[in-house]
Amino acid sequence: MRVLLKPSAHAVMAIPLALLLFGWAELLFWNPASRALSAEPVAYTHNALGLAALRALVASLAVTPVRLLTGWGRVMTLRRLLGLWAFAYAAMHLLFYLLAELDWSLGALLAETAKRPFILAGMVAGIALLPLAATSTGAAIRRLGAKRWQALHRLAYLAGIAACVHFILRVKGFQWEPWLYLGLLLALFALRLAPRAGLRLRPS
Amino acid sequence: MLIRETPSWALPEREATPEPLYLNRRAVVAGLVAAGALPAAAGTDPGRLARIPARRTRDAGEPPTPLADVAGYNNFYEFGLDKSDPARNAGTLRPSPWTVRIGGLVRKPLTLDVDRYIAKAPFEERIYRFRCVEGWSMVIPWVGVPFASLVRAVEPLGSAKYVAFRTLADPVQMPGLRSPVLDWPYREGLRLDEAMHDLTLLTVGVYGRRLPNQNGAPIRLVVPWKYGFKSVKSVVAIDFVETQPQTSWNMATPREYGFYSNVNPEVDHPRWSQARERRIGEFRRRETLMFNGYPEVASLYAGMDLRRFF
Repeated sequence: MRVLLKPSAHAVMAIPLALLLFGWAELLFWNPASRALSAEPVAYTHNALGLAALRALVASLAVTPVRLLTGWGRVMTLRRLLGLWAFAYAAMHLLFYLLAELDWSLGALLAETAKRPFILAGMVAGIALLPLAATSTGAAIRRLGAKRWQALHRLAYLAGIAACVHFILRVKGFQWEPWLYLGLLLALFALRLAPRAGLRLRPS
Repeated sequence: MLIRETPSWALPEREATPEPLYLNRRAVVAGLVAAGALPAAAGTDPGRLARIPARRTRDAGEPPTPLADVAGYNNFYEFGLDKSDPARNAGTLRPSPWTVRIGGLVRKPLTLDVDRYIAKAPFEERIYRFRCVEGWSMVIPWVGVPFASLVRAVEPLGSAKYVAFRTLADPVQMPGLRSPVLDWPYREGLRLDEAMHDLTLLTVGVYGRRLPNQNGAPIRLVVPWKYGFKSVKSVVAIDFVETQPQTSWNMATPREYGFYSNVNPEVDHPRWSQARERRIGEFRRRETLMFNGYPEVASLYAGMDLRRFF
């Protein structure tokens, strides 16, 4: 059981990517009539990568609350892994946007970011994840010192909120789905703050 | 002397069948359909629907989008928010029998019996481009008649300036009504001259057959120079009115969805560009055409600032 925790987490995190790759391979190589990626595979891929990033980010932010609630210490070994998957999906989401919508034009990306609040929110989320991915090694923690490293990694909260705002602003009309993610994130934050407020989350 | 000429497809009061009788008739017909003896008047599987004879009067100059996409990728929020939801969930819609009440500022209000109308009216097949406000597009062979023919039948009064359309809103048939995404029922509207334009099609079929439920069965509007949400589906009421009617997307987000909503590559949606679109089946986006490539409607908007009246 012990050894399987991390590989299982990797496997779960890789599922959306594997499904997308399989869907594109099917479409391009042996079944052009496939609708596995909907009638609009480009939009489907773009949305699926964004959703996978948000889910991985929420999962990584859930690690500490899960430990606080259950006392299961080993879950902490998943925090970096989940955070890096969130970054990887966010990066793929952005690169796919550049490829499919902006013809690799960074100028167009800047223009869209300046013009559209929902793109700005997405860029804030993505940029907030960048230094976290860059300082995800043990060596980086030693170099920064645990305190400063931890302060820096609070950017993950900002990324989560910004990603939810990006999602809320993106959908047409009022839809529950993005608000559910935001609610989940806020609940996770509240669980973290509970011990500081002197609340006990589990009997000791 | 008042001479009332009633079109053959109008439903006279005396012929309104008591509900238990038509429910029984429906059970018999449904049995025949299930046994494969009759093509279906309703359903979500486009291949099984009854054919409608039609003469092709308009081509789009490019191949139509495959039927699997036309009937599988739909925005019809009454059946769910995902574009695959309507094809999956719209089986609960009962588009036959169906009546449309047409009234308001008209001399001859009427109730249109859609099954009877489909049996009688001379239909045209028109292949139109269809541009969704979200930035994707299709090419679709619709079956219908110019909406103007219906307008002429009811004889609008001089005071009628707009036409208001309403979609069915029945929570039993439409599970999506539970979602607060829009203020139901779905409402749309056109200026009377837009409604009278020859391109505006009162539509009962697609790909030579009756409309699948997910495409707005049994009767809908198609306004090809406007964003797709103006082409209101599963219509139950049409009212001729004096002032600009409220429309659902405009009520939800007035900044984003105007009353006119003409396809216009120069006027962006606040959240995305409308300059280009992705034709379903293609990877790269193509340029969006002014009025979706129907320049003949430009005279309807002469002298209007289309940025203001977006």
